[in-house]
Amino acid sequence: MTERRPRIGIVVFPGSNDVADAAWALGALGAEPVLTWHADPELPAVEGVVLPGGFSYGDYLRSGAIARLAPAMLAVTELAAEGVPVLGICNGFQILCEAGLLPGALRLNASLEFVCRDVTVQVERTDTPFTSRCSPGQLLTMPVKHGEGCWYADADLLQTVTDLDQVALRYTGLNPNGSVQDVAGVVNPEGNVLGLMPHPEHAVDPLLGSGDGALILASLVDAARERLLVSV
Amino acid sequence: MLVRPKQGILDPQGQAVEGSLRQLGYAVASARVGRVVDLELDAESPAAARAALERMCEQLLANPLIESYEIELDTAT
Repeated sequence: MTERRPRIGIVVFPGSNDVADAAWALGALGAEPVLTWHADPELPAVEGVVLPGGFSYGDYLRSGAIARLAPAMLAVTELAAEGVPVLGICNGFQILCEAGLLPGALRLNASLEFVCRDVTVQVERTDTPFTSRCSPGQLLTMPVKHGEGCWYADADLLQTVTDLDQVALRYTGLNPNGSVQDVAGVVNPEGNVLGLMPHPEHAVDPLLGSGDGALILASLVDAARERLLVSV
Repeated sequence: MLVRPKQGILDPQGQAVEGSLRQLGYAVASARVGRVVDLELDAESPAAARAALERMCEQLLANPLIESYEIELDTAT
C-alpha cells in the first residue's frame, strides 16, 4: 500500500529564515513539506501548518504585528478553527499571538540582549498534536535565538491560561528571556495551535547537539497523518 | 500617536535608559521608552479623525495587552 505523506504547509513571509530547516526536518520525519507564500489567500490542501522562525517584515512595529495581516493568515485562522494543527516557532509564535490565535504577547527579552543558546524545557502537556510523543514532565533540549521572546500575560489572562491548562512547555533551569512563569510555549484552548520560542527544527539530530525537537515535529507529523487517514 | 509600555509593565528598555541617564549625572526617577507614529489623514471632522486613529491604535499600532496609547490631533484646513 502506498499512502501519500501528510502535507504540512510552511508559510513563508518576507524575512522568514528557518524555512529550510523546518522543511528538511518535516521531510525527514515523514511529512511532505509544502511551502506557501504569505501573500497567497489560499493554502494548498494540508493536514498541518508551520509558521516558521525568522524576522517577518523586519520585526517592524512589533514582531509579528505586520505578518498577522498577511492574506495567508486568514487561511491559517480558518484551518485552525477546523482543528488543523498549527505550530508557530519563534517568529511564528509571535505572529500567532498578534493574530489572537494564542494568548499573550512576546516582548523584548528582559536582558535586552538577543539570546542564542540551548535551553531546557519541561513538557507540561502531552495531550496535544505537538507533544504526543513526549512523556509527562519530560525535559527537552532545544536552541533559542531571539530578541523578543519574553511571553507576557497580565494577571487576568494568566489566570485564564492557567485555568485552561494552556502552558505546554516551561523553561527549567535557565529562563532565557524573563517570560512570565517561565512559559516557553502555549496552546489555544482547543489544543490544536501551539506557539513556542525554542526551535525544534534545529534540534532533530544529536549530531547537532540535540534530537529532542524531533519529538515535537514527529508528534505533529503523527497528527497530520491521522487527519489524512480520516479524510481519505 | 504616542505608544508606550503600559504602566506597571516591566520596561527593560526604559530601565536601561534610566540607568544610563543616571550615569550621566541626571537624577532620573524613572524612564519608559515608547514610539511616536506621525500620520496625516483626511477626515470630515476632528472627532471622526480621532475615532479612526483610535481604531488604528487598537488594531495595529499598539498591542492593547502590553501598550497604552495617546492621540494628539493637529488640524490643518
